[in-house]
Amino acid sequence: MMDSPKTAVSNPPVQPMDSNLGERDLVRRSATSDLPPPERQLTAVAKLIDVSKCIGCKACQSACVEWNDTHPAIGENVGVYTNPHDLTEDMFTLMRFSEWINPETDNLEWLIRKDGCMHCADPGCLKACPAPGAIVQYSNGIVDFIHENCIGCGYCVKGCPFNIPRISKADHRAYKCTLCSDRVAVGQGPACAKACPTQAIVFGTKDDMKKHADERIADLKSRGYANAGLYDPPGVGGTHVMYVLHHNDKPHIYSDLPDDPKISGVVQAWKGATKYVGLATMGVLAVGAALHGVFGKPNRVTAEDDEGAEKLVTNKTGTPEERV
Amino acid sequence: MPDVERVQPGDDIHVERGEISVNRYGPAARVNHWITAASLILLAVSGLALFYPSLFFLTGLFGGGQNTRALHPYFGVVLFISFFVFFLQLWRANLPTRTDVKWVSQINDVVAGREEKLPEVGKYNAGQKFIFWSMAFFILVLIVTGVMVWQAYFAPYVPIETQRIALLVHAISAVLIICVFILHVYAAIWTRGTLRAMTRGTVTGGWAFRHHRKWFRELASRRRVDPAE
Amino acid sequence: MTNAWTDIKNTDLVIVMGGNAAEAHPCGFKWVTEAKAHRGAKLIVVDPRYTRTASVADYYAPIRQGTDIAFLNGVMKYCIENNKVQWEYMRAFTNAAYIVKDGFAYKDGLFTGYDPEKRDYDRDSWDYVIGEDGFVTSDPTLQHPRCVWNLLKEHLAPYTPEMVERICGTPKDKFLKVAEMISECSTPTKTMTSMYALGWTQHSHGSQNIRAMAMLQLILGNIGVRGGGMNALRGHSNIQGLTDLGLMSHLLTGYLTMPSEKDTDFETYMSSRQFKPLVPGQTSYWQNYRKFMVSFQKAMWGDKARADNDWGFNYISKLDVPAYDVLRMFELMYQGKVNGYLCQGFNPVLAFPNRAKITEGLSKLKFLITMDPLETETARFWENHGDFNDVDTASIQTEVFQLPTTCFAEEEGSLTNSGRWLQWHWAGGTPPAEAKHDTYIIAQIFLRMRELYKKEGGAFPDPVLDLSWDYADPNEPTPEELAKEINGRALSDVMDPTDPTKVQVAAGKQVVNFSQLRDDGSTMCGCWIYSGNFNEQGNNMARRDNHDPDDTGAYLGWTFAWPLNRRTLYNRASADLQGKPWDPTRKIIEWDGTKWSGYDVPDISPTAKPGEVGPFIMNQEGTARLFTRGMMRDGPFPAHMEPFESPVANVFNPKMRGNPVSRVFETDAAQLGLSDEFPYAGTSYRLTEHFHYWTKHNRVNSALQPEFFVEISVELAEEKGIENGSWVRVWSKRGSIKAKAVVTKRIRPLICDGKPVHIVGVPLHWGFTGSAKKGFGPNSLAAFVGDANIDTPESKAFLVNIEPSTAPKDKELVS
Repeated sequence: MMDSPKTAVSNPPVQPMDSNLGERDLVRRSATSDLPPPERQLTAVAKLIDVSKCIGCKACQSACVEWNDTHPAIGENVGVYTNPHDLTEDMFTLMRFSEWINPETDNLEWLIRKDGCMHCADPGCLKACPAPGAIVQYSNGIVDFIHENCIGCGYCVKGCPFNIPRISKADHRAYKCTLCSDRVAVGQGPACAKACPTQAIVFGTKDDMKKHADERIADLKSRGYANAGLYDPPGVGGTHVMYVLHHNDKPHIYSDLPDDPKISGVVQAWKGATKYVGLATMGVLAVGAALHGVFGKPNRVTAEDDEGAEKLVTNKTGTPEERV
Repeated sequence: MPDVERVQPGDDIHVERGEISVNRYGPAARVNHWITAASLILLAVSGLALFYPSLFFLTGLFGGGQNTRALHPYFGVVLFISFFVFFLQLWRANLPTRTDVKWVSQINDVVAGREEKLPEVGKYNAGQKFIFWSMAFFILVLIVTGVMVWQAYFAPYVPIETQRIALLVHAISAVLIICVFILHVYAAIWTRGTLRAMTRGTVTGGWAFRHHRKWFRELASRRRVDPAE
Repeated sequence: MTNAWTDIKNTDLVIVMGGNAAEAHPCGFKWVTEAKAHRGAKLIVVDPRYTRTASVADYYAPIRQGTDIAFLNGVMKYCIENNKVQWEYMRAFTNAAYIVKDGFAYKDGLFTGYDPEKRDYDRDSWDYVIGEDGFVTSDPTLQHPRCVWNLLKEHLAPYTPEMVERICGTPKDKFLKVAEMISECSTPTKTMTSMYALGWTQHSHGSQNIRAMAMLQLILGNIGVRGGGMNALRGHSNIQGLTDLGLMSHLLTGYLTMPSEKDTDFETYMSSRQFKPLVPGQTSYWQNYRKFMVSFQKAMWGDKARADNDWGFNYISKLDVPAYDVLRMFELMYQGKVNGYLCQGFNPVLAFPNRAKITEGLSKLKFLITMDPLETETARFWENHGDFNDVDTASIQTEVFQLPTTCFAEEEGSLTNSGRWLQWHWAGGTPPAEAKHDTYIIAQIFLRMRELYKKEGGAFPDPVLDLSWDYADPNEPTPEELAKEINGRALSDVMDPTDPTKVQVAAGKQVVNFSQLRDDGSTMCGCWIYSGNFNEQGNNMARRDNHDPDDTGAYLGWTFAWPLNRRTLYNRASADLQGKPWDPTRKIIEWDGTKWSGYDVPDISPTAKPGEVGPFIMNQEGTARLFTRGMMRDGPFPAHMEPFESPVANVFNPKMRGNPVSRVFETDAAQLGLSDEFPYAGTSYRLTEHFHYWTKHNRVNSALQPEFFVEISVELAEEKGIENGSWVRVWSKRGSIKAKAVVTKRIRPLICDGKPVHIVGVPLHWGFTGSAKKGFGPNSLAAFVGDANIDTPESKAFLVNIEPSTAPKDKELVS
């Protein structure tokens, strides 16, 4: 059986082939505790986005729309090049443009970052997802949304440290970059990487991508970018979409890329402690009540009470009477 | 703390063939109660299904995950409205009194059912008042946080960090309101003769005498004051 | 391009000036990123705006639009003064040593011989001193005060860094940094490539912009070498093919030129074209002009082109003016002197300046035929779209015929890219509905017209009746038939010139390339420079062998490049006087003592000895020209000229407006604005999300860049009270548009001649048809003037004013 493809540049196989990514390759499945271990370990893949090579041409966006057959709306200009103005259920990836004056050189730098799912090793979306099997993680690192299992609750949006998933108003399902899992499954790289004219987007094994990044970083350092580096944030266990940044010391200048992303503590508490403590609390109370019910005696109205009542009513009114 | 208005409009004593029955809840209030109860149960079931993966199968009761997700907030709106009606009707009767302090201080006697040792209480005892106010509080918290994360309409306008907190608060509140619910249901069962207040709308004189003597006295005295009615 | 796209990876320094390759040529730009990633090449961008190219550049310097000559002259001066010249190359391969006639001079922004009435120069003195032997006189020591080199130095003297800053607005330190980076490429082992596009051509002095850089490249020894060259990035996938095949009114195919009225017969025509060498022993390739011309005429009229009728010379119309370029045609239309207009694959309403004039011109036609795969604004020029096309439909009597054609993906054929590669492609889809191939439509028009001429005769129907139309299906010539015709074939047996008893090409066989063409009528060839594209080996344009021995970027087995599959023009210049490569790691060809060979097809006779034949064989001199003699109308050296509409006066001659020899029609002269009324420097450009006016018809492209906008600096926005994303009105002397304002730090005001110049950027992709939001374009504003040599409109520099405004109204809303 073939492993994941090694690059996006190589030509795809010409023979039809079966999907090479399936249930048996899952390492995580949302809201599923009893997932059987995968039958095999695929080589970890990664997409590397070299921001320093990116010219912001949006070929990646175009390829993404074409491959995924989405229909982003024709919007309006609001004074920026970022179009659509945010990720949507029809736009899984987005070039975000920011004009940054480098305080050290006083020169303008036009920072263009391709936003989209980072495919975290520790995916917050998957952690937050309540629907079994709506979000899965394959052993090659791809985090994918299985739309038929999605219930549209939007918890993934809250779980994601990068603000990526979007919920369709039409079918109430969550959408995001799939890392072209359907292409990778048949030996091809992601559509965006295939379309990228400058190979600012490259795809391959995560190890190869890190090596490639090292070369790029060395080149950038030789050009005076002392803080050039690889963005593979450890807070989410590393990602399968990585960036080469000229200013890796301050990711936030790239249209608010999180400096140190991790699954929010609030989400952790929500999906962790609250669940267990809540279950315990409700359980204790229910069991307590049951025990009290079984072993304690019920609080019954006694004959004295009835008499007392009668007395009270009679005394006060003289004789009992019916009212109409 | 003054003792105010222990009696609700419609509360009254009837004597029929020697049996004393006391009107505790009118038909509208009872219907509303059961709407509240039903929506709370539906909310609890659908909410638990979305909170505990092991209970996700419960979404089957609503026709699947998508429907459960879609219906849950509407149940919440129903609960909020029905409880709000309740609230307008009952909040005065549930204002705390000095008696409540004493009642709570004797909680052991309450749990043991030694009612004779307790002070006489009005229409609601401190426990019932606790249920009322905690329900009110949690329902308010749940509706506010719930709206914040209501994906179909409101969530896109709320900052994600706020939504995360809202979800956490929502979950904690849900757990607690379920606890309150358990208390409420158990208390109603344990205290025999209570359920008919919400079915037939009446309780027996003995029940009223035992559990809410002050209220009962008040009603009885009202009969004397205004016999011509 | 002198070089190929793939060759850019071999460079050490890329200078993008007069273009925005990342934005407008993103796919080709990959070779820049290759050079950066694998050679450590640097990228410099000089542009009025901080562009997408600038976003990945190592160094960016701003410049006011239309002042590139001053900048480049400044760089040349810097290189010469700092001894950053590839001396050996420059001395041997340029005309630096030639002595120039005494009369030639330059003063007050003008060269000798200016006649303000004619708006032309008497160019007699702009020439070499020719010796009695008929050859140029020269001083190889470069000591003679009248040699080209010393005249050049004198010409460049005023262009100090201070002067560059004063004219261009480029801060002195930034200019010097750029000059220093460029000057480092004067060593034989470092090369610079120049990538430019319409940012240089769309000026009234566009040709001189390009010349200035070409001269700089010659001084640095960067022409003909790997990773060097002058690389024009063409604006359409096949615009190179358009000029190659002579789709311009003054050209025939392969840069053979149209005869003028003065060329009364074939010999007169030939006498001014078969250039004799100006240096002893030099190859002057145009000496073969007659072979190419006769073969072309044979391709046109076959047996009807005979020696006794000058090969049908009189079938070719003769120009009474230098050219019927687009500006002139629309001027004539505007004057009501044109009846019909066949507009094939062209959208002049948006693509040509002064839209009001274009629309008025079209309104005066009797008929307009448009051939296009899309609904163009030109086809719908008569339709009222509220503010977006505010015409009175009822008053327009032009009959419009829209002929739907196929798009590139629905047809087979070749496209010639910027690197002169003829790339064959196959149809990927079937034409929708009534769409027909252009070849079919043209054939139908021709056949019907010929029928009419046959029936009705006429003053001179012969050129039409005699036209060779030798296709299997006359109704629709196939791309292969046309390609073979372009390649050329022997009409009778062609004998080997070295052995007249041997048949070189048998009658009916395809010639191998243009070296087999004859001037005796025994061969035909549709376009000599393309010859070799489809010979007896088959369709060489369809070759897809991507082997590249030693990674030179030549890819000789991939398609076919004109001429002769040569990938780098002037590649003889990549080797020194002994024939050894200047940079052994970047060898293209090499002299092995008997012949030239290497990775590319040598651009010289394979047996021409290195010391004897100069590398620039298309020139009579064999050398490249730092001084162009009288060949350019506006000067043998590039001199600073302001755009016709400029916020700043020409510092050399404040009275001089634009290019002193550009043609300006009377009504257009009256429509030129002044900076007191229109204080801001407008410019036009493309965006990467769109391709011209096509992709606004595509929903994906439209979603990625949905709405027309103009870009202004934060400073101008503050001055004018314009909010980012709000509506503004921009107007010039000729028109007014409404757009969303993009307020950006990428445009900053420039200080020119002591005062701030604000730039208003106007992208060009919107109109009133298609799926994107309706909008306008820069050509509603641009002036109807063009380059002095080739009449390319000055769309890159015009004057505007700007104010906050409200949304434009569409027709539905106003009616």
